[in-house]
Amino acid sequence: MSVDYDVVVIGGGPAGLSAAAAARANGAGRVLVIERDDELGGILNQCIHNGFGLITFKEGLTGPEYAARYEELARQAGVEFKLGAMVVDVSAGRVVTCVSGEHGMERLSAGAVVLAMGCRERPAGALAVPGFRPAGVYTAGTAQRLVNIEGLMPGREVVILGSGDIGLIMARRMTLEGAHVACVAELMPYSGGLKRNIVQCLEDFGIPLLLSHTVTRIEGEKRVEAVTLSEVDGRGRPVPGTEVTYPCDTLLLSVGLLPENELSRAAGVELSGVTRGPVVDESLETSVPGVFACGNVLHVHDLVDYVTQEASIAGERAARFAKGEEAEHARRVGIVGTGGVRYTVPQSVDPGRMPEKLTVRFRVSGVYENRAVEVRAGEKRLVRKRRPILVPGEMEEFVLRRDDLEACGDVPEIVVSLEEA
Amino acid sequence: MGEHTNTRHLTCIRCPRGCQLTVELADDGSIAAVSGNSCKRGETYAIAEVTSPVRTVTTTVAVEGSAERKLVSVKTVPEVPKAAVLDVMAEAMTVVARAPVRIGDVLRKDIAGTGSDLVATKAAR
Repeated sequence: MSVDYDVVVIGGGPAGLSAAAAARANGAGRVLVIERDDELGGILNQCIHNGFGLITFKEGLTGPEYAARYEELARQAGVEFKLGAMVVDVSAGRVVTCVSGEHGMERLSAGAVVLAMGCRERPAGALAVPGFRPAGVYTAGTAQRLVNIEGLMPGREVVILGSGDIGLIMARRMTLEGAHVACVAELMPYSGGLKRNIVQCLEDFGIPLLLSHTVTRIEGEKRVEAVTLSEVDGRGRPVPGTEVTYPCDTLLLSVGLLPENELSRAAGVELSGVTRGPVVDESLETSVPGVFACGNVLHVHDLVDYVTQEASIAGERAARFAKGEEAEHARRVGIVGTGGVRYTVPQSVDPGRMPEKLTVRFRVSGVYENRAVEVRAGEKRLVRKRRPILVPGEMEEFVLRRDDLEACGDVPEIVVSLEEA
Repeated sequence: MGEHTNTRHLTCIRCPRGCQLTVELADDGSIAAVSGNSCKRGETYAIAEVTSPVRTVTTTVAVEGSAERKLVSVKTVPEVPKAAVLDVMAEAMTVVARAPVRIGDVLRKDIAGTGSDLVATKAAR
């Protein structure tokens, strides 16, 4: 059957650009990236701070610079682009339907599809906060776009809920632009942000970080006038009598990112209840043959370098599938996280299809000091790696070797856990 | 151990552990001791952060004559002294770039007298 494109990549952010370039480099003929915005680069365009690419380039690029490098790479590789076009459906038969002002509705058949739609922010509605719904409540990412792309200030007196990296970055950004950030409140007893950001975005400017705190009231009918914060107990419930009210005109929310998987669901792709992204095998192939996933749509990353690496594998395997060179699955060995390991990506591995070395990424469920990451298959220990500290906000990884796995015989699953070091 | 006139407390940023570092300064301002670190990297960080802390300032400046955008993002190259960050911001707010702008273009030399340049990190046609 002839197809319109060998590989169609949905999303032109760092994952999509890297996947597309890798697909071309691995012999895919026509590769198309479909992006709904008018420019490539995705969320990196509004991330004007530095620190991107420390692993890949050994220098701290800004988001737009990092994006520009991969856009150039994809262009040089001969990737085609469709901008201002929104994909509305992906079928299990790999027909991609998209709409654009320029071409109306189009149906494109693809040899392989790479899902690279990224994630979006958990919105204000997901928080059960009583009170009115006044203007002045923004997600941190929306505020970031307003300040960095549109040149607009969302407010002058700010409280931030959530100490993920975007919340921390926006605390500094709003301060530098002349706003006063009263505090950053965090529900958990620890911050999910990088240590570097806590120091350089909060401590540098004397912005307090209130751990184990949440918003219990928003005052103001038309516009936010004040926000009340309360301490929470060990189960995240507000402690009566601990309320402190901060007069402000703006509340920024940095309370989590959700992979954007409406299209995956429509295509019948199996999703993980933990990552909220597709369940994938060693090739980053989803439960629908020929449909691959990478980047934040697969699981939320903290470093773009890992997105780029992961997406490059998805692009390579998509190219191989489109050329009909991918072997059928002989068997699938599940990879299961336990004892503090919340999830792994991929969730299964076929020893017959895996490369000589496979990087498996995972996150832990709490703060753990002086532990060893242990990977076992049946009676055999495949990996033991000591880690002085593991935190939920920083993705971890280990390497699985094909030779080691094959030596285990017919094991049903691989178990990853944290043990006493 | 001599008399220390000053003690500084820092959070190490070299790894997620975030050791609470204590730096004791001697009367002449030199570093007498670093404690609280779990590894050598913590000591190196503490010394650099106490003797000459630097930061990269990233912000945006207005761009005129571009059909595609009103702002371009910028950064200081090389890093500026931490104490100069707000002065750099104040001067950056007065900078107006003319399109076309390419990544790497110097939009203001020697910003706020730091010796560092304000460099475009985004192109504008």
